[in-house]
Amino acid sequence: MLSVSGLTKTINGQQILRGVDLQVAETETLVIIGRSGSGKSVMLKHLMGLMSPTSGEVHIEGRQIVGLKERQLLPIRKTVGMMFQGCALFDAMTVEENVAFPLYEAGERDRKVILGKVADALDSVDLTGHEQKLPVNLSGGMKKRVALARVIIARPHCILYDEPTAGLDPVVSDSINHLIRRMQKRFGVTSIVVTHDMKCAAHVADKVAFLHEGQIYFYGAFDALMASRDPLIQDFIEGRSGDTD
Amino acid sequence: MLILRYIGSTALSLFGYLGELLFLMLESARSIATTPIRWRLTLRQVLEVGFRSQLVVLVTGAFTGAVFAAQTYFQFHRLSMETAVGAVVAVSMFRELGPVLTGLMVAGRVGAAMSAEIGTMKVTEQLDALRAMGVHPVDYLVVPRLIAMVISVPILVGECVGIGIAAGQFVAVQLLGVSEVYYVTYMRKFTALRDLDITLTKGFFFGILIVFVACNEGLKTKEGAVGVGQATTNAVVTGSLIILIVNFFLTMVLNIFFPAGV
Repeated sequence: MLSVSGLTKTINGQQILRGVDLQVAETETLVIIGRSGSGKSVMLKHLMGLMSPTSGEVHIEGRQIVGLKERQLLPIRKTVGMMFQGCALFDAMTVEENVAFPLYEAGERDRKVILGKVADALDSVDLTGHEQKLPVNLSGGMKKRVALARVIIARPHCILYDEPTAGLDPVVSDSINHLIRRMQKRFGVTSIVVTHDMKCAAHVADKVAFLHEGQIYFYGAFDALMASRDPLIQDFIEGRSGDTD
Repeated sequence: MLILRYIGSTALSLFGYLGELLFLMLESARSIATTPIRWRLTLRQVLEVGFRSQLVVLVTGAFTGAVFAAQTYFQFHRLSMETAVGAVVAVSMFRELGPVLTGLMVAGRVGAAMSAEIGTMKVTEQLDALRAMGVHPVDYLVVPRLIAMVISVPILVGECVGIGIAAGQFVAVQLLGVSEVYYVTYMRKFTALRDLDITLTKGFFFGILIVFVACNEGLKTKEGAVGVGQATTNAVVTGSLIILIVNFFLTMVLNIFFPAGV
């Protein structure tokens, strides 16, 4: 479904990614974990073609996307949805307009059809009744749900989640984790979740990749990660910085 | 050596900037030619650009025409040439003051709003969200604004010129006692349809320039709120400067096609 090989990225002389290789099978959920600044979000943007790598290849459904021009990437991106860390909702639009946006852009003009699909999408994320609210009037968790509804309404084959639980309280985070799992089961989508929230990883991961200093340091099942005796992985899991008071 | 380096780097950044504008223009032309135009968005922009700029443009035009008529009268009166006030005001409003002042006001009001809106979208990842949903930012953000400006700015310029001439006539005839017959006769004698052509042509070009400068600043915004503020300032300052510079060249070129005179 999605693969990356030899991906490197240098920004302002700083090497962010140093030869990343990854493969994600269809309907699989891969969780990419790592410390802040390890290159997780940068890698996610490369998977969408939102950033160009310094070198390496990215394949979406067998098609190499590196080197394609912006207009050539547009149809490919419609098969992959992305939920941004800050949600990236259009702040001048209501919840309904935000969720309807991909349908409208796909050429759907029948208002009844649009409203029906919007209602379904909002129902999927337990957000019925908030259609006319503006993003500014939503809580962090609600914004994440709207962002997810906007992604799933376009029926992508793959969904990329950038820190889906960042900034949310544990209860709302848990509900977002359930939603990610539900989307995977209900729509059979391939998912890539970038997070540093171990609870989120535990809940949604089929496979885990631990990104450290721009390289995949560990790749495998979540249980294998937890059983690892590697001090770097242990420190990350247990949240140890090594600093003293 | 230091001066040479300064001149070189300034020239390089100027060419870089012109290249950015040219790239945006080409991408917009390509978008218009190959993708459906979003008419609903365009109409919303016409409302925002055209309708909501009316007051500021009309006030600018009225008071510029009024003060220009008064100053012209004060100077011409000493030479007993006050009957020519109408001609001077009308020609100036048509050929220079109307288009330039409207351009500057629109660059300030609309250009700033455009760059701030697009810049905010950029720093809050809304532009990336557009791209992630398979929508090209130029198609969605630039082209509707471009079409709206091309429609609205010439109309706004026409309104500015019209009210400026009317205000000038009011001041000269009603307040300063210039004969209305002479005022109107000379005004008609020295103005023609070619003056309207010039005013509309300048409005058309200024509209295009304002859009590309503002959208380019918005699209390349970096570094959060500070970046948005910087982009907005750049859009207004650069847009205004470009209008004044391009106006000179347009005046020289348009005078070949639409020469001044009786």
